[in-house]
Amino acid sequence: MSELYDFEDAIAAFDPVMGLEVHVELSTLTKMFCGCANKFGAPPNSQVCPVCLGLPGAMPAVNHKAVESAIRLGLALNCQIATRSTFARKNYFYPDLAKDYQISQYEDPIDYDGFIDVELADGANFKIAIERAHMEEDAAKNTHVGGEAGRIQGAAYTLVDYNRGGTPLVEIVTKPIEGTGARAGEVARAYVAAIRELVVALGISDARMEQGSLRADVNLSLRPKTADPAAQAAVPFGKRSETKNVNSLRAIERAVNYEIRRQAGLLSAGQLVVQETRHWHEDTGSTSPGRSKEEADDYRYFPEPDLLPIEPARAWVEELRATLPELPAKRRARLQAEWGFTDREMRAAVNGGALDLIEATVAAGATPAGARKWWLGELSRVANERGLELAALPVTPQDIAQVEELVGSGKINDKLARKVLEGVLAGEGSPEQIVAAQGLTVVSDDAALGAAIDAALAAQPDIAEKIRSGRVQAAGAIVGAVMKATRGQADAARVRELILERFSAD
Amino acid sequence: MSDLTRLTAAEMAGLLAGGQVSSVELTKAHLERIDQVDPAVHAFLQTLPEVALAEAAAADQARRDGEQLAELAGVPVAVKDVLATKGLRTTCGSRILENWIPAYDATVVRKVREARLPVLGKTNMDEFAMGSSTEHSAYGPTHNPWDLERVPGGSGGGSAAAVGAFEAPLALGSDTGGSIRQPAAVTGTVGAKPTYGGVSRYGLVAMASSLDQVGPVARNVLDTALLHEVIGGHDPMDQTSLNEPVPPVAEMARRGLAGDVKGLRIGVVAELGGRGYQQGVMDRFQEALKLLADLGVEIQEVSCPSFSYALPAYYLIMPSEASSNLARFDAMRYGLRVTPAEGPATVEAVMGATREAGFGPEVKRRIILGTYALSAGYYDAYYGSAQKVRTLIQRDFESAWENVDMLVSPTVPTTAFKLGEKLEDPLSMYLQDVATIPANLAGTPGISVPSGLAEDGLPTGFQVVGPARADAYLYQLAGALEAALVDKWGGPLLDSAPDLVALAAGGQTAGDAGSGGRGIGHQDGPTGGAK
Repeated sequence: MSELYDFEDAIAAFDPVMGLEVHVELSTLTKMFCGCANKFGAPPNSQVCPVCLGLPGAMPAVNHKAVESAIRLGLALNCQIATRSTFARKNYFYPDLAKDYQISQYEDPIDYDGFIDVELADGANFKIAIERAHMEEDAAKNTHVGGEAGRIQGAAYTLVDYNRGGTPLVEIVTKPIEGTGARAGEVARAYVAAIRELVVALGISDARMEQGSLRADVNLSLRPKTADPAAQAAVPFGKRSETKNVNSLRAIERAVNYEIRRQAGLLSAGQLVVQETRHWHEDTGSTSPGRSKEEADDYRYFPEPDLLPIEPARAWVEELRATLPELPAKRRARLQAEWGFTDREMRAAVNGGALDLIEATVAAGATPAGARKWWLGELSRVANERGLELAALPVTPQDIAQVEELVGSGKINDKLARKVLEGVLAGEGSPEQIVAAQGLTVVSDDAALGAAIDAALAAQPDIAEKIRSGRVQAAGAIVGAVMKATRGQADAARVRELILERFSAD
Repeated sequence: MSDLTRLTAAEMAGLLAGGQVSSVELTKAHLERIDQVDPAVHAFLQTLPEVALAEAAAADQARRDGEQLAELAGVPVAVKDVLATKGLRTTCGSRILENWIPAYDATVVRKVREARLPVLGKTNMDEFAMGSSTEHSAYGPTHNPWDLERVPGGSGGGSAAAVGAFEAPLALGSDTGGSIRQPAAVTGTVGAKPTYGGVSRYGLVAMASSLDQVGPVARNVLDTALLHEVIGGHDPMDQTSLNEPVPPVAEMARRGLAGDVKGLRIGVVAELGGRGYQQGVMDRFQEALKLLADLGVEIQEVSCPSFSYALPAYYLIMPSEASSNLARFDAMRYGLRVTPAEGPATVEAVMGATREAGFGPEVKRRIILGTYALSAGYYDAYYGSAQKVRTLIQRDFESAWENVDMLVSPTVPTTAFKLGEKLEDPLSMYLQDVATIPANLAGTPGISVPSGLAEDGLPTGFQVVGPARADAYLYQLAGALEAALVDKWGGPLLDSAPDLVALAAGGQTAGDAGSGGRGIGHQDGPTGGAK
């Protein structure tokens, strides 16, 4: 086995080409081809029937809602929707496959020729071309018992839960993704994130990677890098590996980068990349080979004779198109325009996972700038400290809007606002309740402030002298002293005004 | 009462409706007949006396209660063992399903139960309906009631022999390449393959899903039509089933039986006759044509050039689908499980050992053929080409329908062959279906009615094939032919069949029954001699 290559050296010598396959489990009420409930978490083999158990004589019947979801996804991915789409059988023997074939689509997928724009963290854009998206049924779930770490090797026996068998899936397949260079991993991650965001926006899947309702396979190959970038596209693709079931966004990026280094190591050592399935191991951050080439699958696809072709009426497709919800990219553009954020501010909001929160906060009455300032400033810092997602903090958009309002009306200042938020995060109540309970209102009573100013000036005669001699900026020190004396509750602007009034009157 | 089992199903229905006989009496009579003759015939893999009698009693009770009943309510039926029966063993003639008890009824079984037809038992068949002789049953062959040394055809030899031997008035069959019509032809009974989609396949254990069709088996055209009406119609569980009403097959059968066929145009398929066809088969076919012509049917010859490629195309498409359909018999969830004698009992090893032990040679042959035909690199040459031939055959039919209403031919090129005669010669066995296969490839309906006895004294069949959804016209023409022939013979063809009870009483077993039946009966009738 060759060494892992240094990533920078790998990218300097080779051009990575990716193909991504994302499986999305549709959250329809029933399964793809029978009336069994499609629900995660039920007791094993409690959601089964002759059809999804593949009993002799049982026949599939297509779930119309799943077709609808697949078409809506296709439309959102800018795909063509087939006028005639057929099912096919993918034949292979495995205990998790009740019929020992999977009903899938082969020659005429429901969706084809689409694209999606994905944005990386720094705002760079990649257009990913979609080859196709097709419908299929999921396999059952195997649990290997008695071996190490739930692997089949060395297992004493395997339990099969057919509840998952027959769950509707859409598999989205990209065209080869070229030209990503060192950013291949980031692009793969951003693509899967975009798909996840899209299916959630469409309401067709809960897209939980940890539960397997969204799964990604990463095909990756390397080819020699050309000196002239324009010549790169003409270089044939290398042999690819297919890394299966990479179960988090972070793992996708890592798996891509690992495969780049592994394959670069092989190629640099004059060895060949084996076209094979590989498995990602989260613990070691590496991939290992799956089934060997000798057992290479020949799926013997042929048209599924138990099902008629699907011929979606154009009027229906257009009706579905007209009722698509606002898609994530469009929504972002709209919000940015509405809020007047710069590109940089918008990216920060998106990357910080604050978009929905800012939107809700604005809806609750805050200014966009104020909402952004709180969520991406103080609250992001707290979330980071606590290792939480922003949305998981015990503070609501309504709280933030209330804080904003309290500041805007002059009842509290920024400094007090931070204290109020601390209280909200500690579960002490709403901002107004906390302000009331702790007496945190700003002191703007001129008499009270005047006394404090007098005391401060008396304590620092040298400063008073400076101000008197026209060095107005020296007033800051007196303001600071007044704020300190009032435990931050003074209205700083008013204090400054009063100081300056005082000296101008002299 | 005289022998109830000799009645037609329609007559039984009439007696039941008139209160002259009960379903329990009818069912008992058939169960007794089964006890008497089935040891020699072996049409049944399993009889269900308790179930059948309980269903019969329920049918009688329903009649007493004044329930609205189906015409055939109370008339017993036999069910081919390829149809799932809830709670009742369903083997498909295979070791691999020796102890499989389905958790559900096939839609057609549900329909016969809802119509209150007592189910007498499950009939024998070639394993997974693969064969033309019923010899490929893992549970031993069925014997032809006309000659116990001969095969009853297949794969539905059990259903055909059951009605031919008066063990049941009605039976359900399935037809993928002729499994209803070929046994009907060689046992002197009637069998129909409905239009593809006309009858639900849900619960029919699939051999080749694009070709399989459930259909009725009986001793005459009207009974066949009546059963067709019970089982036909749309089924949401089978998306390939037609969403339209059952054609009026019984009404049209009655019209035909009354001689009303004047003006119907039929085409004699040039490619299905002559060379390779037994003389007696051709003679009875020609005589039948003359009878139809006398009734005012217009007859012309029609060429269907692609039919010559039907058999090879069928033997690529059918095994391809079968290889996939039969994959599920893998020992993981139900059925036989064999642990290999040597080596680790891995999933693959158990699957392999089970399939090795559980499938018979014909099933293995077809699985291997189909797996090969679908393989990468061969798909286009085999499966792909076969599908093109299928399209050409459909076009041959389409152009025929421009000139004729139906196509006719002998159902089978020969009469029943002897047990064991073709077991070592699969290709010769496959040729039994040369005339029936085109209808499966095109999804069109077909029916076989007896046309007489050949020079060897064995039954021959007359096949009618029509356009998709035109099932009723087939029954009309077949009814007219049956009426004319019965009139000529002086009684149904089966009256000429040997007396199985006498054979059994004579101590003859299936093996040495010989040709005892041949030649008896209406000597001047069924063997020809039409003047």
